[in-house]
Amino acid sequence: MHLAYPAVLSALLFCTGLYGVLARRNAILVLMSVELMLNAVNLNLVAFDVWLSKAAEETLHSGQALTLFTITIAAAEIGIGLAIVLAVYRNRGTSDIDKLRDTAESHDTGGPDHDASTAPQAEKAEATA
Amino acid sequence: MTTTTLAVLVPLLPFLGAAAGLLLGRTAPGFVRPLAVLPTLASLVLAAVVAVRQGGDQAINAATELTPTGSVPIELALHIDGFAALVAVLVGVVATCVQIYSTGYLREDPRYPSYAALVSLFTSAMLLVVYSGDLMVLLVGWEIMGICSYFLVGHYWETPEARAASIKAFLVTKLGDVPFLIGLFALATDAGSFRITKVLGTVASGGLDHPTLIALLLLAGVAGKSAQFPLHTWLPDAMAGPTPVSALIHAATMVAAGVYFIARLLPVFEASQAAMIVLAVMAAVTMIGSGLAAFAQDDIKRVLAYSTIGQLGYMTGALAVADRGAAVFHLLSHGAFKALLFLAAGVIIHAAGTNSLAAMSRMTHLRNRVPDAYWTMTVALLALAAIPPFSGFFSKESVLGAAEHVATGHAERVPGSVGWIVLVAGLLTALLTAAYAMRLWLLAFRGRGAEAPDHGRQPLTMTVVLWVLAVPSLAVGALAYRVLPDWFDGRDLAPTLTTSVLGTGVALVGGIVTYAAWRHTTSVAARVPLGAVAAHPEGDAAQVEAEAIASHAPVYGGVAYAPDPADPGRLLLGPLHRHAAVGFHLDAVYRALFVRPVQAGASLVRFLDREVVDTYVRGAGALPRWLGIAVRRAQTGNVQTYVSALLAGTVVLAVAAVLVATGA
Repeated sequence: MHLAYPAVLSALLFCTGLYGVLARRNAILVLMSVELMLNAVNLNLVAFDVWLSKAAEETLHSGQALTLFTITIAAAEIGIGLAIVLAVYRNRGTSDIDKLRDTAESHDTGGPDHDASTAPQAEKAEATA
Repeated sequence: MTTTTLAVLVPLLPFLGAAAGLLLGRTAPGFVRPLAVLPTLASLVLAAVVAVRQGGDQAINAATELTPTGSVPIELALHIDGFAALVAVLVGVVATCVQIYSTGYLREDPRYPSYAALVSLFTSAMLLVVYSGDLMVLLVGWEIMGICSYFLVGHYWETPEARAASIKAFLVTKLGDVPFLIGLFALATDAGSFRITKVLGTVASGGLDHPTLIALLLLAGVAGKSAQFPLHTWLPDAMAGPTPVSALIHAATMVAAGVYFIARLLPVFEASQAAMIVLAVMAAVTMIGSGLAAFAQDDIKRVLAYSTIGQLGYMTGALAVADRGAAVFHLLSHGAFKALLFLAAGVIIHAAGTNSLAAMSRMTHLRNRVPDAYWTMTVALLALAAIPPFSGFFSKESVLGAAEHVATGHAERVPGSVGWIVLVAGLLTALLTAAYAMRLWLLAFRGRGAEAPDHGRQPLTMTVVLWVLAVPSLAVGALAYRVLPDWFDGRDLAPTLTTSVLGTGVALVGGIVTYAAWRHTTSVAARVPLGAVAAHPEGDAAQVEAEAIASHAPVYGGVAYAPDPADPGRLLLGPLHRHAAVGFHLDAVYRALFVRPVQAGASLVRFLDREVVDTYVRGAGALPRWLGIAVRRAQTGNVQTYVSALLAGTVVLAVAAVLVATGA
């Protein structure tokens, strides 16, 4: 199989994931998109490992080994990520990334910003709920 | 122990008592009272022992160098002559009485521990001034007294009067202390030493280059401390403090320090005739002005305060005619009877529930409620009015005798005009003193109207002290004028016939005229009801007094004034009464001359700081703030925006890297 097929597939997967990370609202879907990107990388690693070992330049299969590492780490990462999302959802009643703007700069001295002025109140209301 | 060791312990013990009282005040409240009374009592005993051992002989001198200064050395020195020994005994007696009295007077006061410690510190500072043989060490005690008076006058700091009075006392005395410090430096530069013995030696050999300048500079400090015109205004206002503190300040410490200081350095002042004339004029103005003002006051304590100023005027008058024996004699006898007057006034204020004489004159049987205060105060007022055979008679006659001696030209170093000024002012003041003493006695004890409130007996600690202090006022005078010359300069202090007859005559006239005026006005008194008494008559004396002070201005329209048409002082003074009640508008003059310009200056500085300096600071801060606002706009809180920016940056970098690598 020519190297182009897995490479194109992996590029498509990565772009899908990137789109998901940048555009999705739901935090779980964002995490899923991150997984897509990681798996695109894994696919790349495996494909190039095969390609390199065919050319007999590399015999250690380090690409496959690295893939195993990546899968392990991805599993741990998604576990923690989902736990955080769950905790946020329990606290705030939402997992919408657009509404989780606690790190936004408050505007007590600067120019007007409507998001920020309502954010602390909304946050307080959610915390008591 | 040697006399020197004992003498060192005299100021040290109250100081240690004060330190221990401040440290243990909260943790061990049981020790506070013993720690307040016992060190003072011990130092009284030691001062008495020192006085007996000194015995009016050669002065005891001891010194150890405190620090090498490079030029004029500062030494821890003792210089105990007859004056120092006897004044220290007086300070000890009055301070002990005040401490014992305070245990009753402030028995429910939550701030008693710090109060007692400050009184001890005050006593210790005065004893340091009395014993010190080095002018710099004397100045230390002098300034400690200043700060202690600030704290103690402001003891009832909940009331605005007390806060204002404490700041005023501090500022006015400091106003005198600045020239005083400069004068001390000038004196030490001329004499080459701060030691009193060396300074006096230099003066005796005529080595003083600028005697008038030095004497006038020192006089400013003395006028501030001893409440002489024109720096006396703090003393009547200091009545906002607790009564025992007034007794301490007026009788033994603080105001006595100034007179005592001149007595110690009298040859320095004698070296300049101008200084002696200034001293005499100052004494005369102080005596007559304070006598008139005392006659018009409504607050019983303010009457006594103005009376203190007048009696201090006698002392400075005696110093002006270069008789320090008479001055210190009057200081001693005045210390005893003035402490008694104040402590008795404290008892009366407690019993009557008011400090207003107008209100007291509308109470019957006040004297039966406080028989101890009635009898002892009668004795003290007789002593104050210089009626023989009470102690005040002998000391005042010694002052008048000395003035007459100078006026008739028997003194070689003092001009006769000084003698005449002091003599005439002294006789006039004797008249006024008897008049206001009579008025105080009549209004306080011979009132008619409603029954005086009955709070039961006064605490024993407060009444016993009165009798202790009544003894010297009653009996000591006749004995003292025979014994004291041995302790002092050896000048005769016996009353002379002319001044005795004149002085006693005018005093009797003053008393009788006031009595006649009072008889005339009592019918009016019944028709004009007046008076408000404290809201908590069952509280301890200090609480009653604090309430009386706080309520006087709102009830009567001024701290010193009451609209009482039945006041004999109002009848006798006529149109002068209105001016005398406010101390001849000196406070208003000071307000226009000093307070207003200083406040205007302060508002100018505030304007410059807020509007000019701050504008530069704000301008410098504006640019970073605008940049910061611009950067902050990027912080939306949306993670996806951040990641998008990250991606865009990565793409740009990647393209740039590719372009560089391909060499385009």
